[in-house]
Amino acid sequence: MNERTRLFGWILLLVTLAVVPLFLHSARWIDFLEMTLFVAVLGQGWNILAGYGGQYSFGHALFFGTGAYIQALLQVKFGLSPWVAMWFAVSGGALVGAFVGYLSFRYGLRGSYFALITLAFAEAFLVLSRSLKSITEGGQGVQLPLNQDPEQAIATFQFNFAGPFLSEYGFYYTIFIILLLAYGLTAWMERSRFGAQLVAVRENEDAAKALGINAFKVKMGAICLSAGITATCGVYYVQKFLFIEPGIAFGPGKSVEALFAPIIGGLGTVLGPLLGSLFIHGVGEMTKATIGQALGGRPGVDLILFGIILILVLAFLPRGLVGLLEAIWKRLTGGRNA
Amino acid sequence: MLEVCGINKTFGGLKAVTDANLSVSEGKIVSLIGPNGAGKTTLFAVISGFLKSDSGSVIFNGTDITGKPPHWICQQGLVRTFQVVQPFASLTVRENIAVGAHTRIAGRKQALARAADVAKLVDMDGMLEQSAGDLTIAGRKRLELARALATEPKLLLLDEVMAGLNATEIHELLPVIRGIRDSGVTIFLIEHVMQAVMSLSDYTYVLNQGVMIAEGEPKNVTRSPEVIEAYLGHGAAARIAKMAGGNA
Repeated sequence: MNERTRLFGWILLLVTLAVVPLFLHSARWIDFLEMTLFVAVLGQGWNILAGYGGQYSFGHALFFGTGAYIQALLQVKFGLSPWVAMWFAVSGGALVGAFVGYLSFRYGLRGSYFALITLAFAEAFLVLSRSLKSITEGGQGVQLPLNQDPEQAIATFQFNFAGPFLSEYGFYYTIFIILLLAYGLTAWMERSRFGAQLVAVRENEDAAKALGINAFKVKMGAICLSAGITATCGVYYVQKFLFIEPGIAFGPGKSVEALFAPIIGGLGTVLGPLLGSLFIHGVGEMTKATIGQALGGRPGVDLILFGIILILVLAFLPRGLVGLLEAIWKRLTGGRNA
Repeated sequence: MLEVCGINKTFGGLKAVTDANLSVSEGKIVSLIGPNGAGKTTLFAVISGFLKSDSGSVIFNGTDITGKPPHWICQQGLVRTFQVVQPFASLTVRENIAVGAHTRIAGRKQALARAADVAKLVDMDGMLEQSAGDLTIAGRKRLELARALATEPKLLLLDEVMAGLNATEIHELLPVIRGIRDSGVTIFLIEHVMQAVMSLSDYTYVLNQGVMIAEGEPKNVTRSPEVIEAYLGHGAAARIAKMAGGNA
């Protein structure tokens, strides 16, 4: 697939995502799309560190939760504007990333050891956020005051009581813009020296070092970028749901969501996390609507199916859905543009 | 250009390298030979910063590089290749070489263009878009060489680039290595293939059980009784003489 076809495909996809909600008037379906894009961004954050850098984190909730809590607490406790708080939230997430990265990479932790240390930090933050009641409000979580004044909708970054367009589509286009930024950043990275060096470290760290790459510095850059993007998801989450509590913020749920989409979609590709997220959410909804209904509306059927899909993808599609698409494209064009 | 003074390296109780001294002068091809387990690769790893020596110093172009990290040493112009080739398997040949080129070149396009130029030097210009994981062992050895060259080194440390190649492939690689030297890169190599050592090197060091036992022009070194003993076993020369005496 050459550059031009690829670019055309991207434009087509992004334009579709930009206009599709305008044809949907059911809040449920717009919500569905919002969550799809949300997980696509969350997945891209993880993908930068794991897919491109080969450092498999199992605790990305750490960065998501840090971003979310900073965003919520700065507003509730210090009365900061959400538009100011978000810079602290994103840099706070990146800072926690730098801290965990420094500890792990300084001592050369790789593979499952790195996965375990990220999980351990996420769990530690989960416990801390529950027990430090004077700062985090403990297990009951932090609730943002609801703004009911349409005039203040943009200033408070709350669109529930805004005008007709914003209340319906405000959060969809918020996450869409975040997606554009995160994916643009990833695409830029892929074509830069930093990206090439990051992939070299993933492929073979010793060889990379021998070729003049400061592997520690490159990995630090990757974890900060990855954590920053993930923290942005935390900011979005808090503004949309106006609530955060320890389990949602630092529990394993978000860590798993973050890695599920890129693994199914295709590790180390820009498109992978988005494709994976569309697939997961699409299949999830379909399962709930068909098999779930047939079994009497029992929850959890989609989760069972996800388990099966994950096993199948790992067994037969090591390069994920992106790899599958490329193979199909190659066959359709007879390998001419491959 | 490279001065190695009194390097000692032990792994637990094992003395891998003991008081090793050597020097490599600019524009030459110098080789390091010795039986398996003599400590050659360990010495290379110490010079290139992958291992820290217990004592001794490594001076490169007047700069003390002892104990400095490998990437820094590479940026100074001293680069090594690996005995067990380490390609970036899921990248293409061109992308592999470009990683080396990025050490001096920031732009992606320029680095990829430079990679194509370097590939020509090792006769790989026909395989640019091939995946590195699909290369034959000879191809991987060449790729290892090309990647190192792309970092624009002043001194190239080659760890057994000939190992695992057949006679034809060795024959093809010899002029490539000479060409690299002629382009102004000093070469220091570990080699088991004696044909390569004899025809390439200007000067040879022999390491045995971590101790430097001989040095000199390759022709003279291979005649040295100490060197023969090192390869055939301790006291081999004496036993051979005794057996010859008994049969007479």
